[in-house]
Amino acid sequence: MNLLWIAFSIIGAVLGLLLSAKAQDQVMMIHGMIFAAASVFAAYALISRHYRAAPTPVEGPGGIVYNTEIVRYGVVASTFWGVVGFLVGVVIAFQLAFPVLNLDLPWTSFGRLRPLHTSAVIFAFGGNILLTTSFHVVQRTSRARLAGDLSPWFVFWGYQLFIVLAATGYVLGATQGKEYAEPEWYVDLWLTVVWVVYLLVFLGTLWKRQEKHIYVANWFYLAFIVTIAMLHIVNNLSMPVSVFGIKSYSLFSGVQDALTQWWYGHNAVGFFLTAGFLAIMYYFVPKRAERPVYSYRLSIIHFWALIFLYIWAGPHHLHYTALPDWSQTLGMTFSIMLWMPSWGGMINGLMTLSGAWDKLRTDPVIRFLVTSVAFYGMSTFEGPLMSVKAVNALSHYTDWTIGHVHSGALGWVAYVSFGALYFLVPVVWNRKSLYSDKLVSLHFWVSTIGILLYITAMWVSGILQGLMWRAYDSFGFLEYSFSETVEAMHPFYVIRALGGVLFLIGSLIMAYNLWRTARGDVRSTEVGALNLNPEFAAGR
Amino acid sequence: MISHKVIEKNSILMLVLTLLVVSIGGLVEIVPLFYLESTIEKVKGVRPYSPLELAGRNIYIREGCYNCHSQMVRPLRDEAERYGHYSLAAESMYDHPFQWGSKRTGPDLARLGGRYSDEWHTTHMRNPRDVVPESVMPSYPWLEKNELKVPDIAADLIANRRVGVPYTDEMIEQAAADLKTQVNPDADDVDGLLARYPKAQVRDFDGNPERLSELDALIAYLQMLGTLVDFKSYDPEQGQR
Repeated sequence: MNLLWIAFSIIGAVLGLLLSAKAQDQVMMIHGMIFAAASVFAAYALISRHYRAAPTPVEGPGGIVYNTEIVRYGVVASTFWGVVGFLVGVVIAFQLAFPVLNLDLPWTSFGRLRPLHTSAVIFAFGGNILLTTSFHVVQRTSRARLAGDLSPWFVFWGYQLFIVLAATGYVLGATQGKEYAEPEWYVDLWLTVVWVVYLLVFLGTLWKRQEKHIYVANWFYLAFIVTIAMLHIVNNLSMPVSVFGIKSYSLFSGVQDALTQWWYGHNAVGFFLTAGFLAIMYYFVPKRAERPVYSYRLSIIHFWALIFLYIWAGPHHLHYTALPDWSQTLGMTFSIMLWMPSWGGMINGLMTLSGAWDKLRTDPVIRFLVTSVAFYGMSTFEGPLMSVKAVNALSHYTDWTIGHVHSGALGWVAYVSFGALYFLVPVVWNRKSLYSDKLVSLHFWVSTIGILLYITAMWVSGILQGLMWRAYDSFGFLEYSFSETVEAMHPFYVIRALGGVLFLIGSLIMAYNLWRTARGDVRSTEVGALNLNPEFAAGR
Repeated sequence: MISHKVIEKNSILMLVLTLLVVSIGGLVEIVPLFYLESTIEKVKGVRPYSPLELAGRNIYIREGCYNCHSQMVRPLRDEAERYGHYSLAAESMYDHPFQWGSKRTGPDLARLGGRYSDEWHTTHMRNPRDVVPESVMPSYPWLEKNELKVPDIAADLIANRRVGVPYTDEMIEQAAADLKTQVNPDADDVDGLLARYPKAQVRDFDGNPERLSELDALIAYLQMLGTLVDFKSYDPEQGQR
């Protein structure tokens, strides 16, 4: 088995060198070299692993030898990419307020950095969180070690390579020009390979399970993995100009391409940022609160209704466009219906706290988790509202959309991730508690103020801009030129950027706290007052 | 009645059912767009991009212009007055990929062609604040400095033809020459270019006839946006969907 992986690495190295040597453009040359270098590293790691003594297996709870090492790597990668993604977000927020910060260089201009930000937070931070938590949750809820020996590592490192290829590509100008699907054809192919192995590792672990039932969190993870595979493959179908060049032309054009893209785009939200993170909610909220999920029946309805309805909602991104009306109306109708399963899920999450609400006061990690579910409820109410055509006529193309996305992305996705990270670090490093609960609390308040500044600024600027675009003066002429509406946005762009700075500071506080926790430190002023990790086993 | 317990105990059954459930929405909404004839209006004038326009469009995509500019005028009163006639599906039928956009940090560009002079565009790209003081757009000084490098423009046309753009053999044969002809009104085959790509604008775009820059291509693209459809021959009643 090991030999096979080494053979793959060597093939990868040759392929990378070949692409690099015959490349038609600079980006393909660089990417070929990165791919070759990564393959050589992989071969080296595999060979040195062969000659190294196997680590003594450490039994986890229930006497099972879990693969905790990969979860530890995942925690580090998630935290790192989170900070990077937030930092790029802050940079581009300031660029919109002060255009001089584009530096007049191709690699630092907004048009190239914005995809870098969105991909870094969605795919690098969010993706690593999903990989990490799914690897932890599927092992624990199946009471089985992660399937495969090297395959999970291929998924982890292969995914990091995907991120590096995508990110460097954006900065150098390689993009398909479709939002959240910017990586070019060869990067998409690589992700497809990684993703198939991911599915197999996940399924393989389920097949080894010692529990009869598959736990609800795993339904959501499974739906996330297979649906993302479907969306990714269909939306990225394209025709490369040459196998040695980066450029490709998408298979679909115009109106068909638009709907395929937003079918993909909306369900990147629905399945990547919602289904996957609901899986996190279904495991970590009950675990942390030490209460069972509120309703088993509600979780069944929640699951099937959510995955069925979400996929229809794409056309609400194309209201009043050249997309046929029937399709727009269908998209709007399903978006409104989607409100129900979303709130069903929120209720299931929040009510899990029944009888444990006092923990909100004593456990700042629970505070992150509960607040995330509350934000989920808020943005899944705002979303259907904005999908109503009359509202959308005002909100579309404005910052309101950006504010809506961030109330979901910062409030829901990032907060539930932070909660999971704070939970995981003491567990997978086998520490008695976090380094500091007070720093968790500080992180919570700093970033919450940041989010509030962000979303209120975007509400005001979005609605203001939408109203200014359609304002008429008493003579029946348009009242504002476009540039006047741009000028009016300035103060809100500054406030938004400051909100982002607070959020970034919060994540740095977390990174520090997690690092000290992993080292086994406990803040001296908080000894004896910390929430304990119930899984801590002395002498392990 | 089948109990949910059956599904919960079988990962493959769950996977297959999930895949079924998530396929329905896309099948119902997207597939008809490919065969309902009413999806794309019948209008005169829409043609494939000329090689130079296509190269310019690729620069537009490379620089991520779609992050801040839409190319989709909605049928709302203020948009019609600000930008012009609402966009038709037919206008982007050869766009691989579409560039309708989702955000207007800057204005819509669907009908930008002919609104400003080439000189305005050149100045604007060098530093947008020289012509629009309130602008927050980045400056793109490298576009006029970079020579337009397209390894093989004919291959780009072939790739487009493979995904359905009706480029003829002649267009593909002449692609490399057409790329240069469009910036040189004195070239031999201007008439041939105009026959292949009606309404194509032939002139030096960036103010420097000495060389073919990325800015030439980009301005050629920007100046043709929204100029192809003959709206006199378009019947909106017939376009009702």
